[in-house]
Amino acid sequence: MIPVCHLADLPAGESVRLDTTPPIAVFNADGELYAIDDTCTHQDASLADGWLEGCLVECPLHAASFDLRTGAPTCLPARRPVRTHPVTVEDGMVYVHRTAEEDTAA
Amino acid sequence: MKSVTVIGASLAGLYAARALRAQGYDGRLTIVGAEPHRPYDRPPLSKEFLTAPATAEGDADPAAEGPLALTDTEELAGLDAEWLLGTRATALDTRHRAVRLDTGRTLTTDGVVLATGAAPRRLPGPAPDGSHTLRTLDDARALRADLARGGPTRVVVIGGGFIGAEVAASCAALGHQVAVVEAAPLPLVPQLGESMAELCARLHGDHGVALLTGTGVRGLRAGADGRVTAVELADGRLLSADVVVTGIGVRPATDWLEGSGLPLGDGVRCDAGCVTPIPAIVAAGDVAHVAGARAEHWTSATEQAATAVHNLLAGRTARTHRALPYFWSDQYGVRIQFAGHRRSGDVPRIIEGSPDDRSFLARYERDGRTTALLALNRPRPFARLRRELARATQPAPTG
Repeated sequence: MIPVCHLADLPAGESVRLDTTPPIAVFNADGELYAIDDTCTHQDASLADGWLEGCLVECPLHAASFDLRTGAPTCLPARRPVRTHPVTVEDGMVYVHRTAEEDTAA
Repeated sequence: MKSVTVIGASLAGLYAARALRAQGYDGRLTIVGAEPHRPYDRPPLSKEFLTAPATAEGDADPAAEGPLALTDTEELAGLDAEWLLGTRATALDTRHRAVRLDTGRTLTTDGVVLATGAAPRRLPGPAPDGSHTLRTLDDARALRADLARGGPTRVVVIGGGFIGAEVAASCAALGHQVAVVEAAPLPLVPQLGESMAELCARLHGDHGVALLTGTGVRGLRAGADGRVTAVELADGRLLSADVVVTGIGVRPATDWLEGSGLPLGDGVRCDAGCVTPIPAIVAAGDVAHVAGARAEHWTSATEQAATAVHNLLAGRTARTHRALPYFWSDQYGVRIQFAGHRRSGDVPRIIEGSPDDRSFLARYERDGRTTALLALNRPRPFARLRRELARATQPAPTG
């Protein structure tokens, strides 16, 4: 369980990047919190820097888009999903529960 | 239309093939590629690929799997195309709609997508061992192997444009001693304008890379073993070099179209819909000169392919390519992003961040309107303003 930040520090539309290995991006999409692997599966870019629209985040480099709920790419150039991680809030703190590496989608 | 041939199996060619199937074309599809590889992504070749150890990939073809691969077996099955890789188109007979190949085979086809890309410009004179250009996967492998020959190497990069700067940054990251030679008084002025180009040029010095500007290159010197030893500058100076990389731009690959009757001139001349004067022949990517301009951008190649295919299937220019130009460059750990139509005389204004931190966002203005954007390490605000600029400058799609 990785502490992220206070919920108040992650308002709707914002994101934060965790320097884990591999890095994880945590999003507040209109009040719902999501965590995914931060690196776009197409090329080296941080999805935490991406454009958030509803439940989709668009890569800042080539506009690949991922569904935050499933990690699935919704358009090219990405073809492989990113891992998703459960997020909880306890006493106003946001936590990420990292999904094991073995669960990585092929 | 019962058969379409795509000439070029890189980004624009692959995206054209995808667009054909996505737009409902179910006829015969043939893709001709001069390189032996499946479509792969070129941008990492000057960056991550060059700095990664060759041993990491083992015997695998980096174009077929891993971060460079643009497609996979599952998609290839779905595209249902005949791939003629390692095969060069040598002539196009527009009257009979026939493509001649270097294998001796001739393909007769209803529609043609020209996506042959571009080839690096080379210095006149012989190219000794140790001198490189960087365009293809095989180029990058050869350069990477040369850089790994042992110990720190003296690298001279000829040309201070984006490719040159990225190669210089990668070589510096590998611990080599690097110098960049640029003929103009300052690199990247045509792309960024003088003041912003000056800020980007500082990145070289930040990382111990010498930038020599305002001097051309007379030629390369080689030793008795045929390996490069030095770069001779136009002013007579000699720069010792173990490895030389020339990045002085590209020429659109249109030699094979000489005599085809298609209008050529810095690429294949097309209208705003990527259509040549023959509606069944369209072009996309680096080879396409669309409505008076030729882009060499990753994003343009993908967007033009969709537009070109739409019009090919429509049999006329039903849609035009109007997307906002966008490109990026990663060098020395700094992500440079640019979008828009900058013209000479547009005034850049830094609206966020600081050049001293090598992190800022600038807006180019003309007559009080934003024409273009430049960001160094500011991807989020850049993305927001890029969208605003696209909305402000593009007419809303109709119908």
